[in-house]
Amino acid sequence: MTASAHTRADERAHIGLTQREGEGPDPDEAAPIIFGFWVFLMADLVLFAVLFSVYAAMVNGGQGTAPGPADLFDLKIPFVETLILLASSLACGKASLALKWRHDRGRLLAWMGLTFLLGAGFLVLELRDFIQLATEKNAPPQASGWLSSYWLLLGTHGLHVAAGMIWLAVIAAQVVLWGLVHEVKLRIMRFALFWHMLDIVWIAIITVVYLFGVQS
Amino acid sequence: MTGPRNEEEHEELRRERRALTIGAVQALILTCAAFAIPATGLLTGLAALAGIALLGVLQIAVHFRWFLHLDLRRSHRHDLQLVLFTVLIVTLMVGGSIWILFDLHDRMM
Amino acid sequence: MSLLGILGWSDIIFVKAWQNPSISEAIAAGAGGAAVLGALGAAVLVTWLGAWRTLWTGWLTSLDHKKIGIMYIVLALVMIARALIEAVLMRVQQAAAVGDPGFLSADHYNQLFTTHGTIMIFFMAMPFLTGVINYVMPLQIGSRDMSFPMMNAVSLWLTVGGAILMMASLIFGSFSTGGWSAYPPYTGASFSPGVGVDYWIWAVTLASVGSTLTGINIAVTIYKRRAPGMTLFHMPLFCWTALAVSILMIFAMSPLTVATAMLALDRYAEFKFFTNGDGGNMMIYANLFWLFGHPEVYILILPAFGVYSEVFTTFSGKTLYGYRSLVLATMCIAVLSFTVWLHHFFTMGQSAEINAAFGIATMLIGIPTGVKVYDWLLTMVRGRIVASTALIFSSVFLVTFVVGGVTGIILANPDVDYQVHNSLFLVAHFHNMLIPGLLFGMIAAVQVWFPKAFGFRLDERWGRISALLWTAGFYLAFMPLYAMGLGGAMRRMRSWADPDWWPWLLAAEIGAFLLLGGLATLLMQFWVSVRNRRALAVPGGDPWDGRTLEWGTSSPPPEYNFAVVPQVDSRDAFTAVKAAGRAYSAPETYEDIEMPKATMVPLAIGLLAAACGFGLTWHIWWLALLAFIGIWGAVILRSFQRETSRVIPAAEVARQHEAWLEMVRGLPQTPRRAGLTPANSGRAEQGEPA
Ligand code: HEM
Ligand SMILES: [Cu+2]
Repeated sequence: MTASAHTRADERAHIGLTQREGEGPDPDEAAPIIFGFWVFLMADLVLFAVLFSVYAAMVNGGQGTAPGPADLFDLKIPFVETLILLASSLACGKASLALKWRHDRGRLLAWMGLTFLLGAGFLVLELRDFIQLATEKNAPPQASGWLSSYWLLLGTHGLHVAAGMIWLAVIAAQVVLWGLVHEVKLRIMRFALFWHMLDIVWIAIITVVYLFGVQS
Repeated sequence: MTGPRNEEEHEELRRERRALTIGAVQALILTCAAFAIPATGLLTGLAALAGIALLGVLQIAVHFRWFLHLDLRRSHRHDLQLVLFTVLIVTLMVGGSIWILFDLHDRMM
Repeated sequence: MSLLGILGWSDIIFVKAWQNPSISEAIAAGAGGAAVLGALGAAVLVTWLGAWRTLWTGWLTSLDHKKIGIMYIVLALVMIARALIEAVLMRVQQAAAVGDPGFLSADHYNQLFTTHGTIMIFFMAMPFLTGVINYVMPLQIGSRDMSFPMMNAVSLWLTVGGAILMMASLIFGSFSTGGWSAYPPYTGASFSPGVGVDYWIWAVTLASVGSTLTGINIAVTIYKRRAPGMTLFHMPLFCWTALAVSILMIFAMSPLTVATAMLALDRYAEFKFFTNGDGGNMMIYANLFWLFGHPEVYILILPAFGVYSEVFTTFSGKTLYGYRSLVLATMCIAVLSFTVWLHHFFTMGQSAEINAAFGIATMLIGIPTGVKVYDWLLTMVRGRIVASTALIFSSVFLVTFVVGGVTGIILANPDVDYQVHNSLFLVAHFHNMLIPGLLFGMIAAVQVWFPKAFGFRLDERWGRISALLWTAGFYLAFMPLYAMGLGGAMRRMRSWADPDWWPWLLAAEIGAFLLLGGLATLLMQFWVSVRNRRALAVPGGDPWDGRTLEWGTSSPPPEYNFAVVPQVDSRDAFTAVKAAGRAYSAPETYEDIEMPKATMVPLAIGLLAAACGFGLTWHIWWLALLAFIGIWGAVILRSFQRETSRVIPAAEVARQHEAWLEMVRGLPQTPRRAGLTPANSGRAEQGEPA
């Protein structure tokens, strides 16, 4: 498509559109896709921001007679979860580098695999935590407004992680099937943005939910 | 066709690798510091909350800078504008909501 | 648990009406019957015309932004018919129910204002403006399509999926009685145990997801697909309003999605967000809803502002007065609209200083809006006015909207609001904004761009009759409500005890009928125009001496919009081309054009989403689960498809374009004053530029 051959270089450059001069998809076609994904991420970020404001309102007066943050939170698991997510982000960054600098599928797939496994590790820990909360600790989402908001916030983040893993698996299948064709490259770039963005949400969760929770 | 093709690209690759490492190390330090506040009890009360909040904000900035590569370069101004505008909207929404809902809560007591 | 969840025989409206007959039930059954017959009638008509194949390949599976835009508008017209009839029904009931229960049951009446409000906002106004933006914006910026054609179609069909749920509620079960804002705890499981609120939740969720995706699409298209040389400040004002709307859609739909999700969790899984006990807090809902709700009203109004800007310039034959101030005002409104949401709940108990802050912010919005009104007026001053139907609607808007704006400023004062909150004064105010400020704009848009889309103008006589009826109907239907509201009449009331109000109610009833007449004559206008399409034909494609790029291509435009993407150096790009005498000159070379292939995936996603919503509403879990898996399965499968576009060879483009140019050059030039007569050939006279 000839459409926007006019675009200046700075309009074509987008963060996350990582490729070398003269390689990969035509920047005129790739730029809208990456930019569009950024816009989507921002809408998603607003969604999380809204969930945080709900959470804040619920901490302050939504606890009813159910157990509260100080009774429930133990920082060990969240700490490990954070480390796992950090490692996963690092693996994802390595995958991006492999994509850009070596056109060697094996290495790329290995890093993607590691990203996936670490994501899975996170989810297993989180699920264990959820089950414990609901059973042993008598803190299911139905117990109070605050717990509802806690489960919703954490659950939404967890669902995003799970969705990201499915997406990653689909991309991996396409890498195997087609090699590093342009569509696939663009998908890996977008996945990387998504995955890093989820980390940012998680940092906010750690801060607002867990650390504030045990502190106050 | 693997690996960097010339000196310039070598330099670029090195820079990108380093960015990732810097990001990971800084994030790790900030995480540990944040968890250390309640674990050690060094800070308490409002100071502790402020410390945790500050570390959180810093870490978010670190992630944006080193993992998402968001910087002030002119070539990325669309993305930067977008993120800054989002920050503005989020501030209005979250700030306003908390202002309203906390006030309502206080008046119900 | 049965295979059909909690759906039983007696939930079907006809059975219900048979089992306990009453006028109210008979009307409900009639509405259900009308929905069924309407669907059947449409199917029969398509069969009779032998048009299934065209419908399928040319429309339902199309990714062409113009087709998608038109389908959005068709959806809006279907839904406005229902919502307007409901409004008339409410008015008839109220006029008949002074000191008397009237003929509608309370439950039925409550459903009527809920469906009326929900449909008007989410399934009439939103599709209408989305359709107009979809059709017009890419043409105006000189693009061949939206940035994401497939996602565009997904947005459309998700919205249709929501509309299907609204229509299904006419036949299976009943709708929510909680108003368009669905405040809990009333809409929670304990006070609204039926399926009505669930219908509302899923219909609105589908519509809002569709709108978020549309917002992303519009913004990226405007940022990335402008023709060479079209800087942001060369864009027609309509495109600026589209940009502002897209920003609002991107950022304001999320709070609604969260609010509906939380309400759903409360209802389905006994979460405690908005319950009365256990730490639930309904104020969180009110806050979230209006966090979305106020930006939403600017989503509704800004595109109409854009349309009016185009209408006033085109039909005054002048460039827009104060273009930059209008751009600035539009963008200010977009940002300010995120700072005022609390004015929808001044009376809910927060401290006075908070009310004051939000009250002042609200009044501030009046400033940019006032700027716009002056700019439009000054655009018309000393213009070469052509009194087309579009201009008539726009002029009525100017006057009427000012009245609504003034009542808005009145309401922005928290002390006043304490007196008239939730009264008919408010109902009068927002209809006063929305009917001139949204609906008239969309009707004007149809009048202006219909000839672009179909190659013939709309009949002016029926257009004027329609404008007259809409105008008279509006004043008669809504001015009385200001008086009643000041007198203490509350909204959402089925009947009244005070006989003094009867004359007002009667006037409002007559007004509502006139408005229905306005819609009927509008449809009549379409019908008459189709029949007289030969006399109304404007094959040149430029019937109004248009100023922007879309008027420089054929009517209807080819799938790819422009044979060669135009080069732009100024605002009013097509006027500049005409003034330079370069209109209809052949380009030197043509290139192959790549366009997206048609696909049924978006349609499938929309229908599956409707099925999922229906399953969730009726607790038919297997259906909901299968449909949900189906949606994502379709998305994933689609990502494995690599051949998604096809190429139109340069030679073919050249052939079509040269033939069209040849034809246009043979057309007589139409002077401005003959624009509304059969002499209009669609090729404007090229006088000296104004
Ligand atoms: C065209 C003629 C129209 C008529 C005759 C009409 C009439 C009415 C009536 C009688 C009510 C109920 C008032 C009450 O609660 O007592 C109502 C409510 C409402 N209308 Fe309209 N209306 C019209 C157009 C529109 C349009 C164009 C929109 C929006 C785009 C709209 C949006 C609403 C909303 C949001 C409500 C509030 C529903 C609720 O209470 O939850 N209406 N209208
Ligand atoms: Cu408002």
